[in-house]
Amino acid sequence: METLLEILQELHEDIDFETHERLVDDKVLDSFDIITLVTEINEEFDIAIPAEEIIPENFNSAKALYAMIERLSDY
Amino acid sequence: MQINILEYLENIVELFPNKIAFGDGDHTITFKEVYDQGRAIGTFLHNKGFYKEPIIIFMKKSPETIVAFQGTVYGGNYYVPIDEEMPEYRIKLILEKLNPKLIICDNTTEEIAQTFDFQGEIFLFEKIVKTQINEKALEKIRSQSIDTDPIYIVFTSGSTGIPKGVIANHRSVIDYIDNLTEILEVDQDTIFGNQTPLYLDASLKEIYSTLKLGATTYIIPKSLFSFPIKLVDFLNKYKINTICWVVTALTMISAFKVLDKSIPEYLHTIAFGSEVFPIKQFNLWRKALPNAKFINLYGPTETTGMCCFYRVNRDFQEEDVLPIGQPFKNTEILLLNDENKLCKKGEQGEICIRGTSLTLGYYKDFEKTREVFVQNPLNNAYPELIYRTGDIGKYNEWGELVFVSRKDHQVKHMGHRIELGEIDSHVNMLKGVNGAATLYNHEKGQIILFYAGDISKREVLEGLKKSLPRHMVPNKIKKLESIPLTSNGKIDRVYLKNII
Repeated sequence: METLLEILQELHEDIDFETHERLVDDKVLDSFDIITLVTEINEEFDIAIPAEEIIPENFNSAKALYAMIERLSDY
Repeated sequence: MQINILEYLENIVELFPNKIAFGDGDHTITFKEVYDQGRAIGTFLHNKGFYKEPIIIFMKKSPETIVAFQGTVYGGNYYVPIDEEMPEYRIKLILEKLNPKLIICDNTTEEIAQTFDFQGEIFLFEKIVKTQINEKALEKIRSQSIDTDPIYIVFTSGSTGIPKGVIANHRSVIDYIDNLTEILEVDQDTIFGNQTPLYLDASLKEIYSTLKLGATTYIIPKSLFSFPIKLVDFLNKYKINTICWVVTALTMISAFKVLDKSIPEYLHTIAFGSEVFPIKQFNLWRKALPNAKFINLYGPTETTGMCCFYRVNRDFQEEDVLPIGQPFKNTEILLLNDENKLCKKGEQGEICIRGTSLTLGYYKDFEKTREVFVQNPLNNAYPELIYRTGDIGKYNEWGELVFVSRKDHQVKHMGHRIELGEIDSHVNMLKGVNGAATLYNHEKGQIILFYAGDISKREVLEGLKKSLPRHMVPNKIKKLESIPLTSNGKIDRVYLKNII
């Protein structure tokens, strides 16, 4: 989770990612960020986020993102 | 001879009055509606006495924005689109430059418009579109219009920190659209999926090709460009067959391997512009859509949209570069070397453009205009302007033009043209900053800011978000003790490049 928060913080230093739960809905994360996030998460966690996981629900909070990473790391 | 862009709309409304012209996934409007609403707005502007004025269009990206553009021209004025995504400070700079008498907004932007530091009047699209059309007045305006009158101003990045307003006329747009529609083979069956913002000249492609040939354009909601599967679903739902997108929008789909699962099945024409298309990603697209036409477009805003094209006709390996090909009809490219002579075979030179496609220059900036819209150095007999792009190019073994690099610190990032110096000057304006240098990491496609001073990275970022458009905010910020200088006192970019 810490690594993930660092990646997010690097994108927007001014957002409290631990509590924010509407990152996509409130347009905190835009397409620039989603692309960067997917690339960096893939690298850092050695996973490959498949296209069908790149949906708003998975990107609305750090928690949701982390749950997705854990799910994908299980394989 | 066509002299006014409105003739596109007037011809097509005779043929396809009830066909859908523009839609956005929420609602649609027909050519007849564009025609009637456009004339209503033109009449409104006339009634108010606005003529030959820059008119700010500050509306949500929607079919109505395009109606407002047409209405502005019906009234004999020229439109200046701004957008709610633009930061307050940039809008302030644009308003200062133009000193406009009015803003047209809609229900969604009215509140923000009220907060602008602005002396003129604000009108609501939803209200003025109900104006009773005055045919006689519109005819009179038209009879006084000539084809070198301006249509729009779009703002592009300026290295001094102040955006430059490029002002284009009927003639340059007609020349562009006539040639572009031939290259893209647009007809009444074309269905465009628009990606580019309406405040850039990039959107001329869809708007005026649709009006010229009776095609249809769907504006794709911006949020879909974050979520590739939904994006492809949208393309299929509206049977979109032609797209002119920035490369990053295309690579987002291919890099996330969406094409393995879901194909935009109606797509047959894919144009992309003025950014390097990584061949690995490009080949994924070609493999997924082997029968589609792929067209690389190139051109600066200063010469109206695009001016060169390359229709992909051979295979490309990962180390290859897609050429920008050949000029549009009625445009000539002069590749000039340091001595202002034509380059010899294989020699690199500055890409200079000659043709009707030249815009009128930069609004209220004669000095900057004269720096780049210059007398053709190959012609010492009569006045003839060319535009110096600052792009370095060369011809490859097939005789196709290839983009090599920039003469200055301008970069292309996510489809936007950015002067890195503009970012520097905004950082330097922040209190507590002692020095700044912005670099671009071409491999990762990231803007990297180095700064020195007493404020935190977070404060720098917060400050920049208020003054710069989203696409110009640095992706990475690094704080240094001081900005390294070379022995002759310039910023040591080579050193900085090595510590990226």
